[in-house]
Amino acid sequence: MNGESVLELDGVTKVYGEEPPVPALRGVSGSVRRGELVAIVGPSGSGKSTLLHVIGTLERPSSGVVRIGGVDAARLSDRELSRLRAREIGFVFQQFFLAEHATVRENVADGLLYAGVPAAERYRRADEALERVGLAERARFKPTKLSGGERQRVAVARALVGRPAIVLADEPTGNLDSTAGASIIELIRELNAAGATVIMITHEAGLADQLPRQIRVLDGQVVSDTVKRAAP
Amino acid sequence: MSANGGRLRLKDWLRVASVGLRARPLRAALSALGIAIGTAAIVAVLGLSSSSQAGLIAEINRLGTNLLTVEAGQSLTGGPAQLPREAPARITLLDNVQLVAHTALMKDKYVYRSSMIPVGNTGGLQVRATSLNLPSVLNIGVARGNWLNEGTARGPVAVLGSAAAQQLGIDRVYPDQRIWLGGQWFNVAGILNPSPLEPDIDLSALIGYPAAQTYLGYVSIVRGEEKAGPPGTIYVRAATGHEAAAQSLLAQTANPEAPYEVNVSQPSDVLTARAAAAGAFNSLFLGLGVVALIVGAVGVANIMIISVLERRSEIGLRRALGATKGQIRTQFLAESILLAVIGGVVGVLAGAAATAVYASSKSWAVVIPVEAWSGGIASAILIGAFAGLMPAVRASRMPPTVALRTV
Repeated sequence: MNGESVLELDGVTKVYGEEPPVPALRGVSGSVRRGELVAIVGPSGSGKSTLLHVIGTLERPSSGVVRIGGVDAARLSDRELSRLRAREIGFVFQQFFLAEHATVRENVADGLLYAGVPAAERYRRADEALERVGLAERARFKPTKLSGGERQRVAVARALVGRPAIVLADEPTGNLDSTAGASIIELIRELNAAGATVIMITHEAGLADQLPRQIRVLDGQVVSDTVKRAAP
Repeated sequence: MSANGGRLRLKDWLRVASVGLRARPLRAALSALGIAIGTAAIVAVLGLSSSSQAGLIAEINRLGTNLLTVEAGQSLTGGPAQLPREAPARITLLDNVQLVAHTALMKDKYVYRSSMIPVGNTGGLQVRATSLNLPSVLNIGVARGNWLNEGTARGPVAVLGSAAAQQLGIDRVYPDQRIWLGGQWFNVAGILNPSPLEPDIDLSALIGYPAAQTYLGYVSIVRGEEKAGPPGTIYVRAATGHEAAAQSLLAQTANPEAPYEVNVSQPSDVLTARAAAAGAFNSLFLGLGVVALIVGAVGVANIMIISVLERRSEIGLRRALGATKGQIRTQFLAESILLAVIGGVVGVLAGAAATAVYASSKSWAVVIPVEAWSGGIASAILIGAFAGLMPAVRASRMPPTVALRTV
């Protein structure tokens, strides 16, 4: 593996509530380098979703350090964190979260809305991103006209459109049938091969096994971190 | 990336603020409707009162404010006074007087459709002798037929005021059209237009002074000679701008021996008072409009609160895409203002349209006061901001992970 770290975690904990305190993360450390494709896998309740939120700066850790592209997220204000999310992190969600009244192209372009990119440039890059996920000819459709797999491709394009340092995918195949799910995994692998750094959360061990690196999480702790030899 | 630090441009703000409207247009329309109704009511009330006032002022200007009337009042003993026969001729000599006409009421003479009508059914109509220049002094046009001339003024010929013609059921003039006037048949020569300044003329059948002398015995004895007269009411057109000067001299000119027996008045005063009353808008309807606005504001606030709850995933997504708390707050506040402003604009247009339709049906000038439409839009903006503030703050405070946890 080459390249610098785009994500570093150091002793990250997250505790919910006060009475009684419920620990969701109990000291997670690790790092992800540029260009990696990582699966975070664990059963429900293992803390993997909390981990994703902390990595995505949607939630602040109770203690520990989260560095994204070398910047300590804990020291940032809401405005600075928002800018970090706008520029360095792309999200893909299980439920897609597409705006149904807007076209596919507008949905993808909205990935750059808060990054301070002029509209014309946003649409140009949206077309580019749609090309990359193979939906260029669907640009003017409404998401309601698309299949689940196609919708998730649109969401992937929206996550990629700003060329973020990290793409965080939260159970991206969770709402899809096995064929559509496999094609999304294939797409993610292609995009990773083309240079994108992707961290995918899943509860399916079989899915995680297809990815080069798996971090297994249980009860808020990393129990294993294995790197597969890349297949020839 | 770009250097402008993630700020949205105005066009982007408009697009973001209209997300709720585009996603649920019917709901947006219904919630804006309340504000539209309130604004429409307020604009229409203000517009209608201004337009009716403008209509009255236009009428006053058309009729002129320089008309003065001189009438016989009461004598010192309380009995009815009389104007001297020479009064009109003397008034004509005054400096600021341009035109003088006069009429005399024929007491106890009545006019009927025919001789078969019972004597009591006068219909409130009166018979007046008139000088021949009356229509030009009062600015009354002849609606049908002809006005009196030197010849017809001597014969049994009458011209009807507009209300009198209506009362008698006469809407056309043809030869041999007759009415029963003072116990004999008179021909009808013409019908006058309505006379807003002098309602008495409207209710009168008008005949010449010579005819009044010949057929109705309306005479005064002057040095042993019988002459028609005296006049009962004298109409004076004063030089514009010198009405007060003329008015102060009229009484003593009309009757130098007893100026206190003469009443002088300015008929346009009545219309001016009516115009002032019309300009005072109807506060009941204005109050209803304000109530509708408040109900509309509650509707918008309600919709915005529901909207924030329903669109939690959108809020979470926007936060994940890099929206700041402030941008989320601004989005929902802007959406609420946009809703209210759409309602306000629709309301102003509807109120203006209602005013235009009603005013043109009355042939008034259409006047929408600036305060009405600008106030309507401004209050819509305020209402939108007020109604949207709490939902917008709620939306911005929602933690992104909570917002994303839905579905």
